[in-house]
Amino acid sequence: MEEFLQLLAAGLTRGCVYGLMCVGLALIFGIMRVINFAQGDYMMLGMYFTMLFTALVAAEGSTAAFYWAFVAAFLSGALFYGLGALSHKALIGRVTGTRVVSMEDEGHTPQLLLTLGISLLLQNVMLMFFNSTPRSIRNPLSGSSWQIAVWGDQVIIFLNQARVLSALLAVAITVVLIVVMQRTRLGRQLRAAAYNPVAATYVGVNVNRAHRTAFGLGIALTTMAGATVATYHPFHPFTGFEFVIIMYAGVVLGGMGSVTGAFFGGLVIGLVQQLSTLVLPVQLQTAAIFVVFLMILIVRPQGFFGRNVERA
Amino acid sequence: MIQFASSPRRQLTIVAVILALGAALVALTRDNYSLLILTLVPIWAVMGLSWNLLGGYLGLVSFGQAAFFGLGAFTVAVLAHDFGITPWIGLPVATIVGGIASLIIGAITFRFRGFYFALAMLAYPLALLNVFEWAGWSEIAIPMRRDAPWTHMQFEDPRIFAWMALALFGVALAASLAIERSRFGLSLFAIRQDEIAARVAGIPAFANKLKAIAISGVLAACAGGLYALLLLVVTPVSVFGMLVSAQALIIPMFGGRGTAWGAAIGAAILVPLSEWLHGEFGAVLPGIAGAVFGLAIILVVLLLPNGIYWSLTDWLARRFGNAGQTVTPILPTVDATREESSCKPAPGETLLEVTGLSVAFGGVQALKDVTFSVQRHEILGIIGPNGAGKSTLFNVLSGLVRPDRGQAVLGGSMSLIGRSPEDICTARIGRTFQTVRVFRRLTLLENVVTGAFVKFKTDDEALRQAWQVLHRVGLAERATQMGAALNNRELRLMELARALASDPDIVLLDECLAGLSAEDIGHIIAILQRLRAEGLTIVIIEHTMEAMVRLADRIVVMDHGTVLVSGAPSSVLKNPDVISAYLGKRWAQHAEN
Repeated sequence: MEEFLQLLAAGLTRGCVYGLMCVGLALIFGIMRVINFAQGDYMMLGMYFTMLFTALVAAEGSTAAFYWAFVAAFLSGALFYGLGALSHKALIGRVTGTRVVSMEDEGHTPQLLLTLGISLLLQNVMLMFFNSTPRSIRNPLSGSSWQIAVWGDQVIIFLNQARVLSALLAVAITVVLIVVMQRTRLGRQLRAAAYNPVAATYVGVNVNRAHRTAFGLGIALTTMAGATVATYHPFHPFTGFEFVIIMYAGVVLGGMGSVTGAFFGGLVIGLVQQLSTLVLPVQLQTAAIFVVFLMILIVRPQGFFGRNVERA
Repeated sequence: MIQFASSPRRQLTIVAVILALGAALVALTRDNYSLLILTLVPIWAVMGLSWNLLGGYLGLVSFGQAAFFGLGAFTVAVLAHDFGITPWIGLPVATIVGGIASLIIGAITFRFRGFYFALAMLAYPLALLNVFEWAGWSEIAIPMRRDAPWTHMQFEDPRIFAWMALALFGVALAASLAIERSRFGLSLFAIRQDEIAARVAGIPAFANKLKAIAISGVLAACAGGLYALLLLVVTPVSVFGMLVSAQALIIPMFGGRGTAWGAAIGAAILVPLSEWLHGEFGAVLPGIAGAVFGLAIILVVLLLPNGIYWSLTDWLARRFGNAGQTVTPILPTVDATREESSCKPAPGETLLEVTGLSVAFGGVQALKDVTFSVQRHEILGIIGPNGAGKSTLFNVLSGLVRPDRGQAVLGGSMSLIGRSPEDICTARIGRTFQTVRVFRRLTLLENVVTGAFVKFKTDDEALRQAWQVLHRVGLAERATQMGAALNNRELRLMELARALASDPDIVLLDECLAGLSAEDIGHIIAILQRLRAEGLTIVIIEHTMEAMVRLADRIVVMDHGTVLVSGAPSSVLKNPDVISAYLGKRWAQHAEN
């Protein structure tokens, strides 16, 4: 029981951060219908940015380093919004947009290749600069825990401070995004561009600009999640790939195009990853994710929150 | 250009030349590193061909080819390492393992389409990677057997191994080229371009997909087995890793997706490039190979988005015109006029009996207790305002929608409910669609010949049938046009021809006159009347009342998912319910007065 609660708590904190990553990807995937393989690699860039920024302003291993990393998370959010929008303008926008978004099959080939190319480029350029040694942002919070007593003092749960604070930040950012998507003009435009890009053009939505915004925003959100992960999880130039699979699993679980769904998808992935260790060896943690992923795809292909849009 | 059933001789000659040049190149190469590259190129080309079967011909992008590759590699390695079994046995076993695994994976994963398929395929190799690491197979070295090199495929002369890889590549390439020309290949192209149309034309989609993934799995497992024997060390990451799947996908996409040549071109350029970069600069700047590789991909996507082969053929076609490209199959001259018979509706002989059909989509009751029957040799018209449930009715009758209740019986004994579209086509029911479903990148003749496969078992018979049907609808002179180039009238006639190609007893025509000029309507009506005279039974949905009156023997009027009335056109048109449904209540009163 104690072990279960401990894993549940760990799964929840991990899942919230995954949730934010998934939200970023869901914006891109849901709105542009683009499989962005480079999503994790942009995030990896953000992790290095956070590390460099933190090293610049705070002493290594200090508590301040942790909080500065959070500042860096917001900075990288702004920075990577720009980088994402720029990538879209220079590269991805050339093979996406209204022209291809309604093509189920043919239009996606160049996009797939392009994002794979970007992914390879980013990974290997970073490998040239930073080699493959895992890096981390050392800080005391990642090694200390809050202890929470449940049922009197019988069961004590340890909560890693860095992870809990990261999870809280992730939830806060997700809530803000959901409000933006539901309540603002920008959100309505993005949703219109997602549901029916052609019709959106007719009512005056600039779909290509909406896509650029979505791509920038998506990259920014995932990168912010990544920046917080960097405070407790070592990373290297190929880290992006570990996470991009988790992100896709989460987005598909939640249902494509649903931001809320993506968050819960990520949350479920985090929980599955942690709770599977109750019954499975640790090496099979990732395999467990895939099995759950496949099973849910089979039972409910449109995801938890998605709608089935296919018609004959 | 009509590819189906065209002669592969020219292509096979090119394959033979490539193999001869490759073999000669290997024979002349002495240094081991170059030989390694010369062996890797055909191995990766086979992987590319394996991917192309799914991602190219079938249009199902797979991120999981590494699953089959890795299983092949591990089968060979584990058999040699743990059991001392020679690769001469290990390789065939590996192909069997790959084939079985691909059938299992296919059976699960073909439920998904598009993105979902791509992402689901990603899961298999990565899950296998974890399982193999957990199972303790984190590194397997194939033991050296200096005592009996030949019995263990460990030749002293590395050129022999390169020749073997080349031979495998030759087999895979020739097989792919043969598939592109076969009815299996054409079925895959049709499924890729419009799965529903393909199934309604009688092409069993699931079975064809399984066949494709089985061949794909066998090829990938073979490539994996050779790869293990070449490198002699197998780790889960090196054979199940994402890089393997990515390379299997990048090579054919770079070279040209959907053609066997694409994989060959892609492997011939990309594999030496990345190996050379790695060898030359890898020690100084780790990652330079990957970075240049990534950059090359980005540039190619932006400059040659369809891959090298298609860009090249497009350029050649523009530069030199289409001369020498058009391959017209040898077709028999056809006497389009059949024996003049004049079939009239046979009252009393019911061909199709529909009783109590109900379908609900969520809260919308699309069909409510629909009952009617179709007599043999009859032209039955179905009319009704938009949303009356006409197309849903056809979707039920052609197996695309499963009704909540009700029955549809063909020929007095065969129930259509619960049957797949392919089955229903085999039961001699053809149909067309309200929005034309054309295979845009197949020629008109190929579009039609897909419909003939279900009845005609040899390619010659199928082609002859398609050719004859085209004559009957008056489209023969357009046979070599691409589907995308046809105009509305030709598209409607093409769909009719495709439905007729299976030699059906009954065709369901869904608004096949929509959007046509009066002249074209007259043309099609004449064709339909002739077809009926030849013995066909026709159920037609139509909005144009005038055409309906000219054509139909009986009319069924539908509104809000129910049958309002049915009967002869003259009596139906006087019915006040029909007038009010079509023209509004006021007109109904007006008509009564």
